[in-house]
Amino acid sequence: MPDTMPAWGRLLAHVVVWGLGVAFLVPFLVVVLNSLRTAQEIAQGSMIGWPESWAFANYAEAWSKFCVAQNCTGLQPFMWNSAAVTIPATIVSTLLGAIAGYAISLWRFRGDAWIFGIVTLGIFLPQQMRLIPWTFVLRDIGLINTLTGLVVIHTIQGMSFTTLFCRNYYVSIPQDLIKAARIDGAGFFRTFFRIVLPLSPPILIVTVIWQFTHIWNEFLYGVTFTNGSQQPVTAALIGLNAAVADVPQYGVQSAAVVLAALPTLLVYLFGGKYFLRGLTAGAVK
Amino acid sequence: MSALILSGITKSFGTTPVLKGIDMEIGNGEFTVLVGPSGCGKSTLLNIVAGLEPPTGGTVRIGGRVVNDVPPKDRNIAMVFQTYALYPSMTVRQNITFGLECRNVPRHEREAAVTRVAALLQIETLLDRKPSQLSGGQRQRVAMGRALVRDPLLFLFDEPLSNLDAKLRVEMRLEIKQLHQRIRSTIVYVTHDQIEAMTMATRIAVMHQGEVQQFADPDTVYNRPANLFVARFMGAPPMNTLAARIEAGTAGVRAVIGQGEAAVSLPLPAARAALAGREVVLGLRPECIAEADRRFGQDGERVTLDLPVEMTEPTGAETIVLARLGGERALARVSPDIRLQPGDRGRFALDMRRVCLFDPGSGALIA
Repeated sequence: MPDTMPAWGRLLAHVVVWGLGVAFLVPFLVVVLNSLRTAQEIAQGSMIGWPESWAFANYAEAWSKFCVAQNCTGLQPFMWNSAAVTIPATIVSTLLGAIAGYAISLWRFRGDAWIFGIVTLGIFLPQQMRLIPWTFVLRDIGLINTLTGLVVIHTIQGMSFTTLFCRNYYVSIPQDLIKAARIDGAGFFRTFFRIVLPLSPPILIVTVIWQFTHIWNEFLYGVTFTNGSQQPVTAALIGLNAAVADVPQYGVQSAAVVLAALPTLLVYLFGGKYFLRGLTAGAVK
Repeated sequence: MSALILSGITKSFGTTPVLKGIDMEIGNGEFTVLVGPSGCGKSTLLNIVAGLEPPTGGTVRIGGRVVNDVPPKDRNIAMVFQTYALYPSMTVRQNITFGLECRNVPRHEREAAVTRVAALLQIETLLDRKPSQLSGGQRQRVAMGRALVRDPLLFLFDEPLSNLDAKLRVEMRLEIKQLHQRIRSTIVYVTHDQIEAMTMATRIAVMHQGEVQQFADPDTVYNRPANLFVARFMGAPPMNTLAARIEAGTAGVRAVIGQGEAAVSLPLPAARAALAGREVVLGLRPECIAEADRRFGQDGERVTLDLPVEMTEPTGAETIVLARLGGERALARVSPDIRLQPGDRGRFALDMRRVCLFDPGSGALIA
């Protein structure tokens, strides 16, 4: 097919692709460059510019000294908060999604299509719509303003996606494997852990990357259900902005933004190729 | 004691009946083949025996015990699947012993069992490989090893050879038959391949549209098919089935095929006189129409005829000839030395001992 594309068409495609790439990357580049410039340098010049001297100190300050709402601990504790929410919620929602997807796709039972439909409906409900129900739930189980509360929310909501991903992957596993396991005498969980789970790394990588990125970047629940020292880093970044009183500390703020984005960037850089491969797995037969 | 008794097994998917009342009794040590075209319900029946699907009605008895409510693992069965269904992440050894592991058999017993089965199937060198590193034939052996290791009362085979290439299929067919003769286990084997059925079975159940058309030993199924479906399904090429009418006169009892000049009149045993005047379907296996000097046993019931040849198919070992018999198409199997050309008239000998007569309405064998 590429051979049939005329030269001007190929040129156009290149221009569009490069244009989009630049449009996405320039803001990030500006932030990274600013994170390496001192506040004075930015204040004297413009927001866009090459660092005159590499101000790595911005990162040290953003990490451990910078004041967030009168709390001069830097970003560090909030990063740990985010990790404490993201890591368990990612693992638990992936595991539960895998088991749910396995049950729905390979252990057909009465009403399985309905359950699958209801679980995946969660994907299409807007986040704002779920805020008030979650408020009641967290209040009633006493988890308002706790990291555990956020873990509960992300685990349960994440299951919509993880179940969808895993179910769609598992439908391609031959039913005969499950039949053979039943005759061999393996039950639901033994079949899952011994036969299905070892076949799952491609889809587990996809769901882990997806969940990790979404939970780490999530802002609305973080800012709604937590405050003070319990906030995840996305919510804390706002406080960091608000705390700026005298001289705008653009350099340190930029460094903080880069630090907050770093985990998901690393996950994508290391897992991205599995992610793309996994998403299209089974799409083309 | 019968290894397996099926009584009145029915199965419907929604409103579609798939099995319409199957009764079958299979003795210990028998090799029973369920054969039929796809969609005849044979695999569904096997799944019901295995407990992988519940029957809509009827009872399944294995080893004298009603097992309708017994889960597959407790039915004392093992199964070999068409797709082999080897666990991809386990080695051959783990695949074979997984069933024992699930039953909490101690490790040293599992090791002994795997050694015994590997020797039986000659797969000792493959034990530490993964299924993805095996050829089709090797996977097939491992799948059988997984079934053999538990020494169950009943082995169920679901089209185990249909994923193999033709040559390997013939080899494995022999091996499975030898295996059966050696270990004398009870086997229920599903296939759509009538040659597998003929070569391996001690008894064949021919299935069609959810019913058992005939349940008998291979010889009977082949030579005395219960109805036209069985006659046309078993055998390659299938039995010739020709419209005929029975006449009794001075020349004895005869079957007349065709009208007017093309009509052919074949002698029948005197005992068929009771059918005089009836329209029938005359069945004659292609190998019962051969070159003129062929002798069929000691019997004198041999007729020679000139027939127009329409086409020939040399297979090497023999030549299949499409001829006209009383105006109807009939297949003959002649010696490869006989070189007939389309358009020739050839002389053929017919073995009248093996004529089957069917009722044209019901299709049932009447004589």
